[in-house]
Amino acid sequence: MTTAPDADEVRRRTRDLLSAYPPATTERTAFLRARFDAGLAWVHYPAGLGGLDAPRSLQPVVDAALAAAGAPGNDPRRIGIGLGMAAPTILGFGTDEQKRRFLRPLWAGEEVWCQLFSEPGAGSDLAALGTRAVRDGSDWVVDGQKVWTSSAHVARWAILIARTDPDLPKHRGISYFICDMTDPGVEVRPLRQITGEAEFNEVFLTGVRIPDSRRLGPVGEGWKVAQTTLMNERVSIGGARIPREGGMIGPVSRTWRERPELRTHDLHQRLLTLWVEAEVARLTGERLRQQLVAGQPGPEGSGMKLAFARLNQEISGLEVELLGQEGLLYGDWTMRRPELVDFTGRDAGYRYLRSKGNSIEGGTSEVLLNIVAERVLGLPAEPRNDKDVAWKDLSR
Amino acid sequence: MTAPNQSAATPDLLYSEAEEDLRSAVRSLLADRAGAPAVTAAAESGTPYDPRLWKALATGIGAAGLLVPETLGGQGASHREAAVVLEELGRGVTPAPFLTSAVAATGTLLALEAEDGPVAALLAELASGRTTAVLAVPFATPPSGALTGAVAASAGVLDGTVRGVADAVAADVLLVPTAEGLYEVRTAGDAVALEPLVALDLTRPLAAVTLAGATGTLLADAAAADGAVRHGLLTGAGLLASEQLGLAEWCLTETVRYTRERHQFNRPVGSFQSLKHRMAQLWLQVVSARAAARNAADALATGSPDAPLAVAVAQAYCSKAAVHAAEECVQLHGGIGMTWEHPAHLYLKRAKADSIAYGTAGSHLGTVAGLAEIPAP
Ligand SMILES: Cc1cc2nc3c(=O)[nH]c(=O)nc-3n(C[C@H](O)[C@H](O)[C@H](O)COP(=O)(O)OP(=O)(O)OC[C@H]3O[C@@H](n4cnc5c(N)ncnc54)[C@H](O)[C@@H]3O)c2cc1C
Repeated sequence: MTTAPDADEVRRRTRDLLSAYPPATTERTAFLRARFDAGLAWVHYPAGLGGLDAPRSLQPVVDAALAAAGAPGNDPRRIGIGLGMAAPTILGFGTDEQKRRFLRPLWAGEEVWCQLFSEPGAGSDLAALGTRAVRDGSDWVVDGQKVWTSSAHVARWAILIARTDPDLPKHRGISYFICDMTDPGVEVRPLRQITGEAEFNEVFLTGVRIPDSRRLGPVGEGWKVAQTTLMNERVSIGGARIPREGGMIGPVSRTWRERPELRTHDLHQRLLTLWVEAEVARLTGERLRQQLVAGQPGPEGSGMKLAFARLNQEISGLEVELLGQEGLLYGDWTMRRPELVDFTGRDAGYRYLRSKGNSIEGGTSEVLLNIVAERVLGLPAEPRNDKDVAWKDLSR
Repeated sequence: MTAPNQSAATPDLLYSEAEEDLRSAVRSLLADRAGAPAVTAAAESGTPYDPRLWKALATGIGAAGLLVPETLGGQGASHREAAVVLEELGRGVTPAPFLTSAVAATGTLLALEAEDGPVAALLAELASGRTTAVLAVPFATPPSGALTGAVAASAGVLDGTVRGVADAVAADVLLVPTAEGLYEVRTAGDAVALEPLVALDLTRPLAAVTLAGATGTLLADAAAADGAVRHGLLTGAGLLASEQLGLAEWCLTETVRYTRERHQFNRPVGSFQSLKHRMAQLWLQVVSARAAARNAADALATGSPDAPLAVAVAQAYCSKAAVHAAEECVQLHGGIGMTWEHPAHLYLKRAKADSIAYGTAGSHLGTVAGLAEIPAP
């Protein structure tokens, strides 16, 4: 039995990687692939799958050394769903074959992922979904409609949940698949949103054939698999280290400093209050990160998304108001289909509108408050009348 | 203009094992001696502080001398440990002069950096736990506030009245800032009159202090005194955030417990979503308050240049969080929350008074405005 690598070993491997692939002369994708092969993509993953079976707390050691050497990082905007959600699910439930096929290109940003979960009739109540998957030989045939699917227009792969047994109660008849977005029968239509552009889409699935080898986890246990995905979705936010004024409070504070003519007493008080709240949220995130590194993850993770959603909305709302006459204008209503989501680089009006999604995407704030109340505080669960009824008999 | 400086060192926002040990020691002491009924009874008696409890805390656990160096008989611990003690005192709304004597007055004396002489002697006395001292300034004074004017000094003889001095009735020594400097005045003499005031917070007594020809020992000249007293107030304000955190945590925990048990409409009231959401929001405020309070304690402990901003941020945040938690506690307890028997009122009164102590949230926001370079119109 080999022992888990320690910090020195991880440092040595990082140095070896940098000397074999000098950042100055190595192309980004090639560097990211080599980093994966060296086990330095996510050190706590298994050896051979981008990791070293090392403690998670050693990842910052790698990240800091690579950043100091100016190594190209992966673009979080390209790998958001893949890294935050698909990867841990594949790692937890995938076959060896699936892990080998999908993790490396996902990490290197060569293949973008999307999430085919929500449906017009099933959002917060995700387990009510109606997209059907019917077994046909070694394939599954999928029919249904998904909605609000971010990045579906640039995604190569999707994580998909579909109903495989309508006679069972809703949580029990679901299975989890990896869907090839280039397969016949997959149609992606832009869905224009509040900002004017189409960051998300409708996805129509008509007779799409998915081989059984791309199922994740046992038939009928897709809900359990999806829990892993959703938990990672919520936790992936909040653990990053950001500098003071690193979030949305940065642009509005700069505007305040540079444009004295815009200042009013009312806005001053509101801005100061939000500045303090943003600083405290930053510190809370930093505390969460320190807990993770110390191997004592706290429940704060479930709260950070709530805090950031509210703050982003209040801060960007205040910024539009601060701009006064200019706040009446909007950068660009052109219907575009952006490849990457760029949050802070746009104008205040865009930020104001886009941040409305922060309290809806990845679980609404109301649903997250339920989760905190029940799982963190131990308050009684909501009364339910949908648990023991076959999905096909539910009212909708 | 540029963004305010990011201090180089990353603050340590966790609790060390030693800090957790100290917490358990304080917690079990308080559980034995200072339950809510005891606190209520003490609050109604003329002597709000149980001298045996203070002795056990001050000397048994060594809380009185936590911040004082070992060479002067103290524990040589830091603001991080003192903050943990305050979390527990807040959780129990414990009546004890720890914040005023062992933190604010001690912090003032420490800032004078004396290795011997009267300042060192007084520090040693405070560390022993046999003597307590308070700053003779109104409890509401922020670290940036006006400090002198109420008491006039002439050749070591002091005259004047300061109203709203916290814990003065239990103090042996007053630290009195005057235009001439900082004086040490013993309360035992005839020339010192302490008139108890009826305070909103039943667990922290306030008094009007009148000096009529009292003799004092000069501890520092005017220039040194000003910086030292401000540092004492900054220390008090920064660690008060931890008291507010402990208080808010008690309110949340108790409210969750109660609403899980209390049934109306054939359900625990804690199963109603409007209440669940309010408690979940409170929880988020409490974990945020913890990060802010730890940051302030760590900045004070490390002598970080970021300390004034960290303290102002913590006060601006934790004052509101504690008041909100206590108000929710009363409301979600229904009629029982309005009764004198239930301890919720003690927490509300302490929380509201704490939100004014060492400067209101609003005055700390003003400090943030200056330090973060977000100037008023
Ligand atoms: C920008 C954006 C990107 C998205 N990207 C994706 C994606 O890539 N893939 C994907 O699958 N989905 C995606 N979504 C969908 C998102 O996950 C859902 O919109 C979300 O889960 C809410 O579902 P819903 O829209 O059906 O709202 P509903 O569930 O219909 O909710 C309506 C209202 O009722 C409230 N509500 C619902 N249930 C409860 C309850 N139990 N208690 C209290 N209040 C409740 C909600 O909070 C909300 O206010 C995205 C959404 C947005 C806005």
